[in-house]
Amino acid sequence: MKYFDEYRDGTIARALVADLQRAVTRPMRIMEVCGSHTMAIFRDGIRSILPEGLELISGPGCPVCVTSASHMDAFIAMADRPGVRVAIFGDLFRVPGSNGSLANASSRGAKVDIVYSPMDALDLAAQHPRDLVVFLGVGFETTTPTIAATILAARNRNIANFAVFATQKTVPAALTALLEDPELQLNGLLCPGHVSAIIGAGAYVPFAEKYHIACVIAGFETTDLLTSLIMLARQIGAGEARVENAYGRVVAWEGNARAQQMVAEIFEPCDTQWRGHRRSRGSGLRIRDKYRDFDAEARLGITLPPAAEPKGCLCGNILKGINNPRQCPLFGSRCTPASPVGPCMVSSEGTCAAFHKYGLDI
Amino acid sequence: MCLAIPMRVTEVHGSPEDFTTSQIAVVDADGISREVRLDVVDHWPSVGDYVIVHAGFAIHSLIEAEALKNLSLLKELAAQMPEELLS
Amino acid sequence: MSDKCILLDHGSGGLASQELISSLFVKHLDNPILRGLEDSAVLDRPAGRLAFTTDSYVVDPIFFPGGDIGMLAVHGTINDLAMRGAQPLCLSLGLILEEGMALDDLERIIISIAACSKESGVPVVTGDTKVVPRGKGDKIFINTSGIGVLADDIDISSKNAREGDVILLSGTMGDHGITIMTRRAGIAMQGRLESDTRSLHRLVQRLLEGLPGSVRTLRDPTRGGVATTLNEIAANSRLSVELREEALPVRPQVRAACELLGLEPLYLANEGKLLAVVSGDQAEAALRIMRETSEGAEAAIIGRMVGGKAGRVVITTPLGGLRLVTPLHGEPLPRIC
Repeated sequence: MKYFDEYRDGTIARALVADLQRAVTRPMRIMEVCGSHTMAIFRDGIRSILPEGLELISGPGCPVCVTSASHMDAFIAMADRPGVRVAIFGDLFRVPGSNGSLANASSRGAKVDIVYSPMDALDLAAQHPRDLVVFLGVGFETTTPTIAATILAARNRNIANFAVFATQKTVPAALTALLEDPELQLNGLLCPGHVSAIIGAGAYVPFAEKYHIACVIAGFETTDLLTSLIMLARQIGAGEARVENAYGRVVAWEGNARAQQMVAEIFEPCDTQWRGHRRSRGSGLRIRDKYRDFDAEARLGITLPPAAEPKGCLCGNILKGINNPRQCPLFGSRCTPASPVGPCMVSSEGTCAAFHKYGLDI
Repeated sequence: MCLAIPMRVTEVHGSPEDFTTSQIAVVDADGISREVRLDVVDHWPSVGDYVIVHAGFAIHSLIEAEALKNLSLLKELAAQMPEELLS
Repeated sequence: MSDKCILLDHGSGGLASQELISSLFVKHLDNPILRGLEDSAVLDRPAGRLAFTTDSYVVDPIFFPGGDIGMLAVHGTINDLAMRGAQPLCLSLGLILEEGMALDDLERIIISIAACSKESGVPVVTGDTKVVPRGKGDKIFINTSGIGVLADDIDISSKNAREGDVILLSGTMGDHGITIMTRRAGIAMQGRLESDTRSLHRLVQRLLEGLPGSVRTLRDPTRGGVATTLNEIAANSRLSVELREEALPVRPQVRAACELLGLEPLYLANEGKLLAVVSGDQAEAALRIMRETSEGAEAAIIGRMVGGKAGRVVITTPLGGLRLVTPLHGEPLPRIC
């Protein structure tokens, strides 16, 4: 395909691997903010060829992993309600709450529909007028505009039996919380490519400046990842802390203004609970009052039950980059993809899932 | 955290200002085609343009100049390889 | 018949049942043994050992591009026999129908089963039909059992792979799995996606004739895909598998559909492909034999058996890196993250 095939070229990739070896001239810690980057780096075999000195730390960019246990419990309670049909991204289906998952709820008769797009959930509402269809909103800035557009479409099409349980989060606020933590000690950030398509490459300038951290916005093909790591290594080696956009074909400096406006129309920032964090200021989104008809929490009067993280589970620390999965006492023994304890293992791009699925015990 | 892939536009329906009709494009990749929503795309695409598709929505239309710049960044880095490593 | 749908009466054993059997099953599946309509089919004693297999088919949707549930039921059971090196002899056909299923759909499936059976040269010699009340089934469930005959000098098993053996895949990966996935609501897409369902017993015979003593293992990578099946072979033979990602054959449209939905072709079901583990010195011969058949025209050598940790499957990526290929733990699900 035009503009894209080159990014998969194996010959170019092998050449870039050699270039990366030469670019890493001192120890450096780089965080992959985005879960899809964690997965791609493993899947492409990049983890296995990392030069000595380059440490890659997986971050909190897995929207399902950072969904708190109490949110999961509330999702499952909602699915169990008579007259309610929940629509979800496939990613949520097997994530455990305190007591089972949506998959378990489905097997005991709850109506759980897996959809590819939030718009499919709206179509479900039109097809099932006697059910309240609740779309469980998870995701970061890439996904929130699609949910905003769906709420707007629900209003325009007058579909009253549709609501969204909004738990989406925002990346800049998450980054602030992370970078304030002195335990973390990062030199560079591999910035999420598709979130940045919405928020813009410029969004990372305050972080580069305040925390003196190199930032490169990266795409998802093998050569995108290698190119971005080379650029980060070079900045760090030279003591620089700039924002560079290595995904210019998709990410503009100012991002996607139309999507940003759509989100601002429907949502406003709020505090929210992240798994493994204290309550984090301003990093969540709630549906504005003028659209409260489509707000599942408001319509159904939901209160979040307090839920404890499972004993021994290190997901919280793993999401902050403080521990890696192999340091978790449950990893690979009590916590496996077949019987996961925490969301990092069951989420399709959770750090623990990536390590377990792809990681060689070299 | 976001799966999104590039697809080529083969049909466009509706217009950016008109929210009463569906804003939809039909897109294609290697013989796979489906409808995507255009509600949140940054630049309204024309037939033949490429869009990035996430969760059934186009979230970005590629601009040729930017795409070519991205490609030349890659080629520059790769071209810095000494000859013996490229063989 | 004047009724348009399956009724509970059709499963009761009475006149309605008999009418269904004669007007539909015997008419289309016609062969001397079946026509007898006895309680059991009696077969002549074959020369060799017997292979016996059973499988049930519950796929939804029942009709899809490239086939239907009937075709899967015939090919799947024939292939299970072929994977042990057995010559398929005959099949049984058990149906569980949901009250209300359209008779036209049932007839279409029976005609399909008959066509596959004839094309494969493997007759349906006995069968059974039951009907369950509406809501207690899902249109149609099919069970097929198969009997095959195995020559005494054949020993094909996933335990037999040896270090240095080569692994071949008879064609492109993931065609069936992605076709079924994209028929489901919400992720429907148009395109040249179709199931690869077909019988492989003739391909297997060509391999066994051309490479006597050199075919160690044959498996058809159905649910769980090539990844899961290779893990089983590695575990059962107590060896490791090394794969080359660039060698894996995948149709461009299958790859595109997988990327859209966040799926991997390595984990998607195949219904007309086989993995063959053959002695290393016969690699090129095996490839040539496969490629000369229509079933194996796109065959490729994808990896080899090596020593090392038992049950481990490792793949070399295009950039020259390595990663593990672990078995699938549940249904592949579409994802956006």
